[in-house]
Amino acid sequence: MPFDPTTRTIEIECLRFNPETDTEPHLQTYKVPFHDDMSVLQGLQYIKDNLDGSLTFRWSCRMAICGSCGMMVNGVPQLSCHTFLRDYFPAKVSVAPLDHFPIIRDMAIDQSDFLNKLESVKPYIIPKHDKPIEDGAYRQTPKQMDQYYQYSQCINCLLCYAACPQYGLNPTFTGPAALALLHRYNADSRDVGWTARSELTNSDDGVWHCTLVGYCSEVCPKEVDPAHAINQNKVNSTMDYFGLLKLLMPKGATE
Amino acid sequence: MNVIKSDIVVVGGGGAGLRAAIAINEADPKLTVALVSKVVPMRSHTVAAEGGAAAVIRADDSLDNHFDDTVSGGDWLCDQDAVQYFIEHCTEEMVQLEHWGCPWSRKDDGSVNVRFFGGMKVQRTWFAGDKSGFHMLHTLFQTSFKYPGIQRYDEFFVADLIVEDGRARGVLAIEIATGEMYLFDCKAVILCTGGAGRVYRKNTNAGIVTGDGMGLAYRHGVALRDMEFVQYHPTALPATGILITEGCRGEGAILTNKNGYRYLQDYGMGPLDPWPRPKAMELGPRDRLSQAFWHEEQKGNTIDTPEGPVVHLDLRHLGEKKILERLPLITEVARTFAGIDPVTQPIPVRPVVHYTMGGVASNVSTGTSMPGLYVAGECSSVGIHGANRLGSNSLAEIVVFGRVAGEHAAAYARTVPDSDGSAIRRQAEASAARLEALLQCESGERVATLRNEMGDAMETGVGIFRQASGMRTACDKVAELRDRYRRGIKLDDKNRAFNTEWLSAIELGFMLEVAETMAHSAYLRKESRGAHVRLDEYTTRDDDNFLQHTLATYAGDGPPKISYAPVVITKSQPRIRSYGGAGQQAVLT
Repeated sequence: MPFDPTTRTIEIECLRFNPETDTEPHLQTYKVPFHDDMSVLQGLQYIKDNLDGSLTFRWSCRMAICGSCGMMVNGVPQLSCHTFLRDYFPAKVSVAPLDHFPIIRDMAIDQSDFLNKLESVKPYIIPKHDKPIEDGAYRQTPKQMDQYYQYSQCINCLLCYAACPQYGLNPTFTGPAALALLHRYNADSRDVGWTARSELTNSDDGVWHCTLVGYCSEVCPKEVDPAHAINQNKVNSTMDYFGLLKLLMPKGATE
Repeated sequence: MNVIKSDIVVVGGGGAGLRAAIAINEADPKLTVALVSKVVPMRSHTVAAEGGAAAVIRADDSLDNHFDDTVSGGDWLCDQDAVQYFIEHCTEEMVQLEHWGCPWSRKDDGSVNVRFFGGMKVQRTWFAGDKSGFHMLHTLFQTSFKYPGIQRYDEFFVADLIVEDGRARGVLAIEIATGEMYLFDCKAVILCTGGAGRVYRKNTNAGIVTGDGMGLAYRHGVALRDMEFVQYHPTALPATGILITEGCRGEGAILTNKNGYRYLQDYGMGPLDPWPRPKAMELGPRDRLSQAFWHEEQKGNTIDTPEGPVVHLDLRHLGEKKILERLPLITEVARTFAGIDPVTQPIPVRPVVHYTMGGVASNVSTGTSMPGLYVAGECSSVGIHGANRLGSNSLAEIVVFGRVAGEHAAAYARTVPDSDGSAIRRQAEASAARLEALLQCESGERVATLRNEMGDAMETGVGIFRQASGMRTACDKVAELRDRYRRGIKLDDKNRAFNTEWLSAIELGFMLEVAETMAHSAYLRKESRGAHVRLDEYTTRDDDNFLQHTLATYAGDGPPKISYAPVVITKSQPRIRSYGGAGQQAVLT
């Protein structure tokens, strides 16, 4: 059934930090009228439009595909567009920037570390040889697609980094999303980039820093399962060390 | 003032901007490219496109089919030279994306599958589940890391175009994190800033889709073309405007009214059988389907909900397996945002604003009336959409014309000598002072107040159906809002670091001017064509007087100056635009 349209009022407690005036973050609470289909993001938009234009947060698509609006909602990494006020009422809901990232302002975190890590995994097809456009598309069977498709669903929302205790302790760890994307390309039948990526995969900052907590996969809004991708690569990395990788890799692109 | 020099600045990191940046680098790796975007590229609105991208691939299809579907879909307002170039280059761009890793959905034999979209004779839409835009964007973004010549400036908000001797010579941008001003000094600028759907209150568009690039070019004298043609997508969620892809209907979903009746058969889309049939019933074009909804609402045949009147988009007969495999995103969206499981319940939908057919006027090479200024994607009017865009043509457009823009801007930039840049620096400083004044303004209204009044005025006056009095009211209302905007916007936030209230005030300035071009262009087009349909005395197409493009030219604080320009017609003379009728049953793959 469609949701109940009744309007009620909820308290939203926001972490505030302004680099120009604050030395420490503080909390500020707003009272927000809401109805049942309003997301936490819409609650924040209500505050910005009507109560306090200085409240700062990123958002764009408001349909859980652009990855902009991740934040800690009651201590859990969430997409705020995908999290609903009705599920917190009558208690207050608290929002804060994603854990483990430097805060620029309020809920806006500095995401440049992730972008550098994404670049470091060489997140693009490294083909066996250049294929002219005139030769048409590669053939790739649904079964071959299954090898990587799940990992291609990552929206780079960074919830998994906020969930990862290892990234919190050790910021040089490449981290869940970037390693899932590394696996996404390694597992693609059009790609022969395993060797080019292996130095990173096999390094301490690669798959071996993961301590198998698995919270990354739990908070992923797109069921990418980065923990599985990383552990698959621990197996691959070991086989590589013993020169047995050929036995495992799901290759065999036909052209 | 910080100054960054590069050969070419690409504004916008969506599909068109990324494709342009890659094309520049492939054309000439020595050219330096600054890719300047107000969001990190993978957040761009390309990400939200669902259904897919058109390109001829089947043996029973042809380039002529794609040409005819596009030109008739656009109600003959397309520039046919641009359409011809477009349809000839779609397939190679789809293959290029495939080579770069885009996970296009496949048939069992590993070849690429295609699906139906509205207004298509033959299946032509390449799709990646129902996240086609997402996969295209991430493929392009991730592939762009291969090109060291592309220097990204993520979260830099471009607020002005810098012009010297009539040539585009740079942009002024605010670094969002710090609020500092940057002059990007360059030899050519490519605008790839997307559409302007946010000028309407209810729309499928992301919050960033505020017509910035249109406003930038317009203020510097480049005409906006065919702005009256605003597409209502027939199927969006009523509360939020979130898009429910046309791919649903391409896979066989049906639309029903409160009596469970497939009402499209009453509006020139029938008969019902055989079904499915190309270009008939639910596979009709978007303008006609949105107009049919309005008629059903007038007749009292829509379903009343707390979110307003809706019709039902019914997928249930497709079965759970096909729904989950082909339409996973909309399944999740319907469950999360509407509390509806499409496997067991029809989805309540209504038309909302989706796409701006018009944009910065350009030729088929993406060049504009200003030397050095190129445009691609939704912010442009290269001439392929006419009065109504066919579904799947916009995702193809961004890669086809993104590449063209990159190549042409690269060739142009090589001909421009270096200059000392002192004149453009002074201009940038004057422009920065205006932005500073906006930040420091001590009295005035809230951004949201003006934005909401604009959105409501556009919905009411320049909606699915239009008449002179309503459009006149919208023109007057937007003029009033522009006046109030000039008198002052009061920001709560006077800080520089990540001041999104300040940015939204700048965006509002662009939106008001773009909205004004839409309202005036509509008011003066005294005919009905494509997405511009009037209820007053101009209910039919008038090729004698209006087979021409509308040009809206900036005229300062006053309304735009409206003029007209000929449509390029090469081989398809205007005829009656018809859908439905007899036809062969199609086999959905």
